[in-house]
Amino acid sequence: MNAAATTRATRTPAILVLEDGRVFRGESYGALGQTVGEAVFSTGMTGYQETLTDPSYRRQVVVMTAPHIGNTGVNTEDAESDRIWVAGYVVREPARVASSWRATATLEDDLVEQGIVGISGVDTRALTRHLRERGAMRVGISSVSEDADALLAVVRESPSMAGADLAGEVTTSEPYVVPAVGETRLTVAAVDLGIKAMTPHRMAERGIEVHVLPADATLEQVRATGADGVFFSNGPGDPAATTDAVSLLQDVLRERTPFFGICFGNQMLGRALGLETFKLTYGHRGINQPVMDRTTGRVEITAHNHGFAVAWPTDLGDTVATPFGDAAVSHVCLNDDVVEGLEVRDDDGDLVAFSVQYHPEAAAGPHDAEHLFDRFTELMTARRTRSTEGTVR
Amino acid sequence: MPRRDDISSVLVIGSGPIVIGQACEFDYSGTQACRVLRSEGLRVVLVNSNPATIMTDPEFADATYVEPITPEFVERVIAQERPDALLATLGGQTALNTAMALDAAGVLEKYGVELIGASVEAIEKGENRELFKAIVEGLPEAWAAEVARSLICHTMDECLEAVATLGYPVVVRPSYTMGGVGSGIAHDEEDLHRIAGAGLAASPTTEVLLEESILGWKEYELEVMRDRADNVVIVCSIENLDPMGVHTGDSITVAPAMTLTDREFQRLRDIAIGVIREVGVDTGGCNIQFAVNPADGRIVVIEMNPRVSRSSALASKATGFPIAKIAAKLAIGYTLDEIPNDITRETPASFEPTLDYVVVKVPRFAFEKFPSADERLTTHMKSVGEAMAIGRSFTEALQKALRSLERPNAAFDWRREWVDLDKDALLAEIAVPHDGRLKKVMDAIRAGATPDELFEATRIDPWFLDQLALINEVAAEVTAADELTPGLLRKAKRHGFSDDQIGKIRGMSADVVRGVRHALGIRPVYKTVDTCAAEFAARTPYHYSSYDEETEVEPRERPAVLILGSGPNRIGQGIEFDYSCVHAALALSEIGYETVMVNCNPETVSTDYDTSDRLYFEPLSLEDVLEVIHAERQAGPVVGVIVQLGGQTPLGLAAALEREGVPIVGTSPAAIDLAEHRGAFGRVLADANLPAPKHGTATSFPGAKKVADEIGYPVLVRPSYVLGGRGMEIVYDEPTLADYIARSTEISPEHPVLVDRFLDDAVEIDVDALFDGTDLFLGGVMEHIEEAGIHSGDSSCALPPITLGAEDLAKIRVSTRAIAEGVGVRGLINIQFALSSDVLYVLEANPRASRTVPFVSKATGVPLAKAAARLMLGESIADLRAAGVLPAEGDGADVGPDAPVAVKEAVMPFNRFRTLEGMSVDTLLGPEMRSTGEVMGIDALFGTAFAKAQAGAQEGLPTSGKVFVSVANRDKRHMIFPIKRLADLGFEIVATSGTAEVLRRNGVTATVVRKLSESSATNDGRRLVDLITSGEVGLVVNTPHGTTSGGSPRVDGYEIRTAAIAAGVPCITTVQGLAAAVQGIEAAREGGVGVRSLQSWAEAVRPRSTPARDDS
Repeated sequence: MNAAATTRATRTPAILVLEDGRVFRGESYGALGQTVGEAVFSTGMTGYQETLTDPSYRRQVVVMTAPHIGNTGVNTEDAESDRIWVAGYVVREPARVASSWRATATLEDDLVEQGIVGISGVDTRALTRHLRERGAMRVGISSVSEDADALLAVVRESPSMAGADLAGEVTTSEPYVVPAVGETRLTVAAVDLGIKAMTPHRMAERGIEVHVLPADATLEQVRATGADGVFFSNGPGDPAATTDAVSLLQDVLRERTPFFGICFGNQMLGRALGLETFKLTYGHRGINQPVMDRTTGRVEITAHNHGFAVAWPTDLGDTVATPFGDAAVSHVCLNDDVVEGLEVRDDDGDLVAFSVQYHPEAAAGPHDAEHLFDRFTELMTARRTRSTEGTVR
Repeated sequence: MPRRDDISSVLVIGSGPIVIGQACEFDYSGTQACRVLRSEGLRVVLVNSNPATIMTDPEFADATYVEPITPEFVERVIAQERPDALLATLGGQTALNTAMALDAAGVLEKYGVELIGASVEAIEKGENRELFKAIVEGLPEAWAAEVARSLICHTMDECLEAVATLGYPVVVRPSYTMGGVGSGIAHDEEDLHRIAGAGLAASPTTEVLLEESILGWKEYELEVMRDRADNVVIVCSIENLDPMGVHTGDSITVAPAMTLTDREFQRLRDIAIGVIREVGVDTGGCNIQFAVNPADGRIVVIEMNPRVSRSSALASKATGFPIAKIAAKLAIGYTLDEIPNDITRETPASFEPTLDYVVVKVPRFAFEKFPSADERLTTHMKSVGEAMAIGRSFTEALQKALRSLERPNAAFDWRREWVDLDKDALLAEIAVPHDGRLKKVMDAIRAGATPDELFEATRIDPWFLDQLALINEVAAEVTAADELTPGLLRKAKRHGFSDDQIGKIRGMSADVVRGVRHALGIRPVYKTVDTCAAEFAARTPYHYSSYDEETEVEPRERPAVLILGSGPNRIGQGIEFDYSCVHAALALSEIGYETVMVNCNPETVSTDYDTSDRLYFEPLSLEDVLEVIHAERQAGPVVGVIVQLGGQTPLGLAAALEREGVPIVGTSPAAIDLAEHRGAFGRVLADANLPAPKHGTATSFPGAKKVADEIGYPVLVRPSYVLGGRGMEIVYDEPTLADYIARSTEISPEHPVLVDRFLDDAVEIDVDALFDGTDLFLGGVMEHIEEAGIHSGDSSCALPPITLGAEDLAKIRVSTRAIAEGVGVRGLINIQFALSSDVLYVLEANPRASRTVPFVSKATGVPLAKAAARLMLGESIADLRAAGVLPAEGDGADVGPDAPVAVKEAVMPFNRFRTLEGMSVDTLLGPEMRSTGEVMGIDALFGTAFAKAQAGAQEGLPTSGKVFVSVANRDKRHMIFPIKRLADLGFEIVATSGTAEVLRRNGVTATVVRKLSESSATNDGRRLVDLITSGEVGLVVNTPHGTTSGGSPRVDGYEIRTAAIAAGVPCITTVQGLAAAVQGIEAAREGGVGVRSLQSWAEAVRPRSTPARDDS
């Protein structure tokens, strides 16, 4: 028998109220209580543990479109950080047992333990369609009161995601180092804007020693790591409200330090280059999104979790001159032509910085874009070689 | 990359007759491919011997060859058509093997035909186990991909050596067979001899693989697509509820996978992509099967199919991603990102569908047709069909799927008392996979088996077991509740309980439950299969029901017609009925109706979202159909429901639907009932002065005996209201009759047993006709080749009738009209006649589409089902003649002298079944239908057409060599001429002593061999069977001695026939079949059997047809 655990939670009536007044009724799930946040839906059929522990979901109430959640329980290996970050969790069919040889507890027990309020049994498809048509919006869940009007008032008073600077709420308080697996070949300063555990791991696998720095890191702190390259992670909030990181990145770019950014890091690069960012109606959250790598012509199936995106001022095929070099769109989502990656090249046409809006570290998600970590490694190695040559010359 | 411009014509090979393991899913995929290729402006040449398919409709290809799918015939097609390319990855293993044979014979090179989709090299790598193993083991180490430890063997000695290393149990897998033919699990040396022996024989390369047992592991499949730019997507993951050990075709399967974490799923995905790249499937789909050890997650790659498969069809229906259609586009050069997703229209096909629902597929078996067959489920596929259901939860989808099977005992049932449940006995029972195991698992749960005990017994994943426990808990709540509260009723419905199940628990009828439910406003909503979990708006109304909150059925203006499909394939009700339903949808769409299809069979063209304007993937139960009708009535006007095209399934609902106020278009339910009702139908015949065999009905043995005594033996006995001759037998004496009644437990006053005089030596005739109340259109008159008493579905037949005269045809026309008028037909009617001593007896009439409608349509070039659909909605035959749907004058009974002869031959599944002792089941034909499919041979003359039908159905007739003959005494007189002719043609005749003696007296020298029963010296008997098994004999003629009854064949002949089946030697069991075979052999020997497309024949068939009316 490989069922690790069984949950026999008693369910109480629960309600979900959207800021536009639509109410869904269901049953409690996870901790009993009340919560508010931004309602977003995620279409991944696997990887709920990774999703829940992804800091980018800070202050968001996540609606899972896959009906059965919790089937494989939770384990000690798959979490992307040391806690669950979502503000609330909406599912249709919670599992009662955890079935996996790796499971150590049921998901529901984990949710209860971490005080995450959820709701189950609701028509998650209707809710998703509502969000698709009307856009992501604020939401409240209560499993302690069935008074929808009262909850609606609370929802309408809660802060909106637009304008929210949340990196400070999720970042590490102290710097830490993820050692390279095997021989250390390179060093990277990774600015934690809500970093997922898999990201430094993917770098470490490639012989990179990763110095993870808090979101408010200064250029001096970055320099002090002796990094060959700088990395900006994913993270929650409105990129337009996160200004300190942008100016740090501009300093980095000015020094021509190789840069790689993921998700929020892509938006930071966009803003550092002087581009605008905007809020998508309902965002991209799933692990099935087709992205065209315009530099190779290949289509990759990728993991996404973003509610904001970079606005490209001209035709997607055109380059834009910036103080740091010529910027171009390297990746595009084939579903809706949203900018999914940027690259900056210097006057010689050499790559100096690149970023993607999606998640090549892929936890959860397909591994199609994992090679981007190799691209970063090559960029840093090339820069090192060039520097050495420059010195000799 | 745009479409290749160096290809202008493509040859598509279909999969031939429906057999177990290769069914109508390949019609679905082939039809999609033909549509795509034609829409791209390519000339499409199609070869498929199966007339019941949509793909062989003349409008789906430029040249449609209904010819045997053998390398010889396909080469002739290539020589005639000179296509640029061959697409063989959409026609199952048959097409793939044919393409490989054509390549090996140098035919492709000779004619410069490029194999597209998958190259010969890729097919080799995918199918050859050693090459495949090397590929898997060569994948990156981090993925830890393995194959099961195994050894390839070519002889029994090698097998024994291999087992010394691998240990028992071992899995035996023959190379190059489809549907797991010849495979099995050997637990000891005796098993090994039996299974590996058969496997070596079944493999065209005399090769089997023995591998370590991974019984009880979790089993998964991934459907993968790749384009020529090396973009790869996973379309769907499928998890088998039945763990390793049961063929995936026989397993209950679930999509998406339910019990994998993302890490494990991504490992499977990485391996799948790695494999498709290394195998080198350049463009198109393939499927890869995995086993995962539940204890530690070790992954074993089981196999891959470098082609579209049964699972691809399931995955297409489960996700809305049309694998075959996309595969065809990729094959001609497009890349995934260039192809739009049909459902969203705005996003490309280069993505991975995500599901916000659960899909459950359940197999349907036909063991009742083969009473002596071993019913244990193994790696050798035995199911004949499947039903799929979609729900918003596993419990909902599972319960819907089980009731979609349309078997009274398939759904869970809580009526029986707890005391009946013996936990230990149940645990022992569920340890062995068998049809209906899940219900026994539920019983074991009721009996108090713990999750651990259940897992130990079945190795079914604990999550699934808990879902079953959840269903049981809900049932217990329904049982225990003082009253059925709205909350509880809704809860039960959300977990998929039918009104019928709830009613049984609460001791009320389903109608009452429905009434209560409707009064409380508890109805299902309809969600949409949209490939993207609602992330984008869906443009395609492909719906399923769920007890959820919000419905997505859009309002509409145009009047709708609902077409009820035929449900899961079964023997007696298969693709032929789907064909008619699809035609109705196409025809009614053309004339402005909104067509709404309701069906639950994932293999079919009818459940393709492009076939109708709206598709409801729903069980065909009264409850589910009524809810669809209600939803559609909310959406807009509903003209009515078509029940006469989908076989017995929708027909059985007609009366109840009408009672609920649903308009039935076409023949009324009262008329349908009249034709089924012995007494009323008898009066129709009497009024028209038409003779029927003497008959009566009875509900008990004394009653049946009285009838039989009056009309005289032999009698044909059968239950009323059945299709496919279920339970039908010819009874020669009273003890057998008593035995039959004793075995027929379902007999009741409402369902009496019918007793008919059996007409020995009659010629049986099948007629399909259209009637509009005024005019009759005889679609086709088919003459059976076998004598009366063999089910029409199993009998071969010829059209036009080869021995009937104008006078007979005139009689048939008059009788058909009288019956159609008397019954009150509006649409199609099928009548079976028997001509005996110049008297035309009416055997039965069915006022509905018959199994032969597609055959007749192909043979005559007249779209009968389309015409029928329009008649049902009020047009007349005169209208349809004017509109060009029907010929301007004449009909299927007065074809010109240039018309070809079409021969239909049935294909039997005997090689799929083994008795408990491991013997083949008997192969005799009888009044109960057992064939799974059919082929058509078409040519200018009967002999050639018959030879083609034989070549399409089985190994084909020999043109020289040895013929073994052993016939019953009553057949000896009729056998002399044909056997003499064979001897004159140079065949060596081998016969049993009695037969040989008769032949000798008639101047034919035959070598005598002894029958098993004639000699105690078993050596002789063995030699006879060995003679057949060794392949020395090219044709076996064996007519049964005496009769069969209750599935217990006479020993005489049994071994001969089963040996013939095992060795793949054609076996003829009737004298009429023998005569036809001789004509076929003569035709084949004359050589130059040509091929000709239906389009080319059409000119000969319909010389007087007028072009379609110009509407402009």
